[in-house]
Amino acid sequence: MLFTSWAFLLFLAVLVPLYYLVPKRVQWIVLLLANAVFVGFAGLTGAIYLTATIVTVYLATRAIDALFRKQKETIAAMKATHTKEERKKARLGFERKRRIVLIACLCVNVGILFVLKYGAAIGRLSASLLHTPAFGQELALTMGISFYTFSSIGYLLDVYRETVETQKNPFKLALFISFFPLLVQGPISRYDILGEQLLAPHTFSGERFLSGALRITWGYWKKLIVADRLLVAVKALCARPQVYCGDFVFVEMLLYAACLYADFTGGIDITIGIGEWFGVTVEENFFRPYFSKNISEYWRRWHMTLGEWFKRYVYYPLSVSKPMRMLSQKSRKLGVGVSRRLPVYLATLLVWALTGVWHGSNWTFLVWGLLNGIVILLSEECKPLYARFHARFPRLTESVFYRGFTVIRTVLLLSSLRLLDCYATVKDAFGAFFSMFTTWNWGAVFRGGIQSLGLSWADYGVALFGVLAMFALSMAQRKAPIRKRIMAHGTTASVCVLLVLIGTILVFGRYGFGFDAGQFIYNRF
Amino acid sequence: MEQLLEILRELHPETDFEKETALVDHGILVSFDIVMLITRIEEEFDVVIPAKDITPAHFNSAKSLYALIASLEEQDD
Repeated sequence: MLFTSWAFLLFLAVLVPLYYLVPKRVQWIVLLLANAVFVGFAGLTGAIYLTATIVTVYLATRAIDALFRKQKETIAAMKATHTKEERKKARLGFERKRRIVLIACLCVNVGILFVLKYGAAIGRLSASLLHTPAFGQELALTMGISFYTFSSIGYLLDVYRETVETQKNPFKLALFISFFPLLVQGPISRYDILGEQLLAPHTFSGERFLSGALRITWGYWKKLIVADRLLVAVKALCARPQVYCGDFVFVEMLLYAACLYADFTGGIDITIGIGEWFGVTVEENFFRPYFSKNISEYWRRWHMTLGEWFKRYVYYPLSVSKPMRMLSQKSRKLGVGVSRRLPVYLATLLVWALTGVWHGSNWTFLVWGLLNGIVILLSEECKPLYARFHARFPRLTESVFYRGFTVIRTVLLLSSLRLLDCYATVKDAFGAFFSMFTTWNWGAVFRGGIQSLGLSWADYGVALFGVLAMFALSMAQRKAPIRKRIMAHGTTASVCVLLVLIGTILVFGRYGFGFDAGQFIYNRF
Repeated sequence: MEQLLEILRELHPETDFEKETALVDHGILVSFDIVMLITRIEEEFDVVIPAKDITPAHFNSAKSLYALIASLEEQDD
């Protein structure tokens, strides 16, 4: 059931009133059943994988919890009768058992994700290396598997670290893992943020409903007016790299930057708005990312929950792990600077490689991830240089002009890296990038070139209007959240804004017969 | 505390670590800085900071970070 389908709107139209009509103590059960219906629409296979994750994570967390309790009882009982050494030995025994449970559960869940995402790719790779027939077949990725698997693993690790209470009711845990708005493209939510909210009783609030409706409609506006329109041109440009080279690639970079932003943030707007309709505050996933002054800042403002997840569960544990500490000590002979940097740099590159691989099994994603990591490390190394430059030219670097330059530089750099996301092979992506410096064909671009991409001038005009609207809104958001400001003008004004948004979607949106309002781009990850 | 402030100032000389209480929330200390900082703290204070303690609450101010170090030193004893 796509967010952009009539079936989904009907599903919400039934669900929201039902949620507030039933007694408050069973609201969470209504949500759980809604999750089951949503997952059921996506197919039985997906439901099986999701159930496997819920069951294994539930059993593992209960076992870890039981081991914690047993450890405390045992150590307390040993206090009077055993030595400190014996108690330490007993504690280490429990720790080992917990680690075994954790690793087993991780293997199952990461294993499912791995086989579904990379099974066929590994089959093809081994076949090309060993000259044998390829094994494995392309398996359809089930809806939201990357997102709910990461949320589940986060919960599992939090229980293992004793930073959250273990959920003892399997159905309540199932509600968190399968919360349907998050299954399309995240955000990757944390149990300590979402878990209790989903279970709490909620009273209907007209104001919250209207506020949620504004957010949802703005999400659809971005998706149907900008993203789905520009995606037609982006796909056409990527499909024929030999023809659409040179300045066409520059156009593609800009179109894809706008398209991806409208698509991903639009989907998250819909998710957050739906959450509000059920009284649930879903984490924000973006903070005006295209206003970032460098690539590190951008990654703290784009797909924030994925970045946080990697930081919390991979980057920090890896950076302070025993092997990294040993590596740091062994590299002391190379100098203090090297020994301090080595763990951070290795962890950064590994996390970026994993982030790339998370996006897909294609080599382009791995290269994309590693290049992001390398650019971030280079910026770190250049920091003293930047500091000297800022100290030498303080008036220039504090000017609006310079800030604008850094923002544009960051957008162009990221858009260049994203070419790896557009093309089928690394060779095509690099070929396209370098063609911008060797082929000058602006004439061809504007003399019929961009009209051959499946969009008319009117379409480009509408998309440009959409982009300008998104830009204006982002600028306005700097002072205060725009919805709050609209709502502050009263219900009539808010309803008017809502109707204008719906009206423009009905006139300019790409939907209905003859159009295929597509799935969200991030859903494929 | 002075020893910790010195380490922090090495990382960001421009920041007033005695006053700032949202080092992570305001983006002054980013993940990269945090790991570098941990390496320095472990060298200077002879403690091991486990991954589960790497949270914004512990790294948002010099005071909270010092409290973490003190609690880890206590655990070692």
